[in-house]
Amino acid sequence: MAAAAEPVFRVRGLTKSYGDKRVLDGLDFEVFPDECLVILGRSGTGKSVTLRQLNGLERPDSGSVVFAGVDLCTLSERQLFPLRKRIGMLFQSGALFDSMNVHDNVAFPLRAHTKLGRDEVAAKVQEVLEVVELPGIEEKMPSALSGGMRKRVALARSLVLQPEVLLFDEPTTGLDPMTADSIAHSIAAARDRAHTTTVVVTHDLHLAQTVASRLAFLDEGRFRFVGTWDEARQSDDALLGHFLAGQREDA
Amino acid sequence: MSELTLAERGEKTLAQPAIVAGDLAYLTARTFATLARPPWNWQLWIEQMEQVGFRSLGVTYVTTLFTGMVLALQTAYSLPQIGVKYYIGTVVAKSLVRELGPVLVALVVGGRIGAGMTAELGTMKVSEQIDALRSLAVDPLQRLVLPRVLATMLMLPALTLLGDAVGIIGGLFIGVTVLDLPAGFYMNDVLTSLTLQDVWSGLGKALVFGYFIAIVACRNGLRVTGGADGVGRATTVTVVTGAMFVLVSDFFLTQLFHLIF
Repeated sequence: MAAAAEPVFRVRGLTKSYGDKRVLDGLDFEVFPDECLVILGRSGTGKSVTLRQLNGLERPDSGSVVFAGVDLCTLSERQLFPLRKRIGMLFQSGALFDSMNVHDNVAFPLRAHTKLGRDEVAAKVQEVLEVVELPGIEEKMPSALSGGMRKRVALARSLVLQPEVLLFDEPTTGLDPMTADSIAHSIAAARDRAHTTTVVVTHDLHLAQTVASRLAFLDEGRFRFVGTWDEARQSDDALLGHFLAGQREDA
Repeated sequence: MSELTLAERGEKTLAQPAIVAGDLAYLTARTFATLARPPWNWQLWIEQMEQVGFRSLGVTYVTTLFTGMVLALQTAYSLPQIGVKYYIGTVVAKSLVRELGPVLVALVVGGRIGAGMTAELGTMKVSEQIDALRSLAVDPLQRLVLPRVLATMLMLPALTLLGDAVGIIGGLFIGVTVLDLPAGFYMNDVLTSLTLQDVWSGLGKALVFGYFIAIVACRNGLRVTGGADGVGRATTVTVVTGAMFVLVSDFFLTQLFHLIF
């Protein structure tokens, strides 16, 4: 069972406030190798903030995030860089570089961190674009792509260094159901291909059903529930039940 | 949100310049510290030099050409009875090289490139591209800020030098066509009055102005919040703040260079 293995991430006592608003209030959780942990929760509950602690893009007010035996919260920005090469991230907006075409966007991490030649880079780019089912669009600019294509190119960019961990921030938000389903399957395929540990933040239940090994339900700065889909369905937590049923809290 | 008392508002207003100065000093230190670490991405530096330098040539030429022409006219018309027109070479050259060249080029070019840098970095910030760089283990200061600051510090003196030359030619044109001065007389006046110290003083100013323009623009771009509206506001602040930095630092630099040269 995955839970018996040494966790990839061990998060303890994470707190984070913005002004008077306490977003994370002593969050504890683990992410285990090869699993896909899906963090669910209503909008504005701090799901993305939680995700951004896992690669040090944001710092908590207190608590620890241990990855590869190191507490990320104690490292400087420069010290985080070697670890970030091992943690890919897909942003909510895709965050492709506007000034570069698809090839240069996907090749960017390779050029920054490897000494591969031009042909090897081109081959790698082609390979990951095929994984996300977008071959032959290397010359297109991000502005010429649809929302779904941008997300998949961003997924290709996050896969190209073959990271051990992939973080996904609302990967299907703003997409039509068919494109969202295609993204969900691209994520599952990318995960299975390299046995990558993944953490997905979403409120898309279809995506969660497609990719999740475990669910974590965030509310008021803490996880109200962590477990498998079956455990979630059997849970007597009323708010989780309403969320999974897509109902109002008072319904 | 709680209302601020008058004293609190006063305190906040007085503290603001100190906060900005601290921010700029910290950003400068962190940016130049990246110079010590590879990779040195020469291509990015050259791209920025082209953006700041080559693409500002037109606006520089127009600004300094007409300034030189106006200087020549105003000088000749102000005191015609004492024959001041015979000194317009000196007046145009000294004024342009020591003062008007660096300041006007910094204001005009600085407005253009400063606004562009803030808008570009601000858009990257709100569209998560800066965070994407960080998540890909690339330092945004090394990749985005350092090339812009260095390019502006190098290109503004170069533009100023070219602008000075064009302004002096503008004065020559007025001298010859309107004031009936022989071209040789005007150029001899320019060359005998100008010293190397004048040139160094102007170039030194342009270098410092370039630093202020770029660092203020990058700082404002990296601090953008709130989408397109935030980018627009930051861009406006950059143009105004950059101009203020140029004008205020010009006073102190003038004093400094008078002491040095």
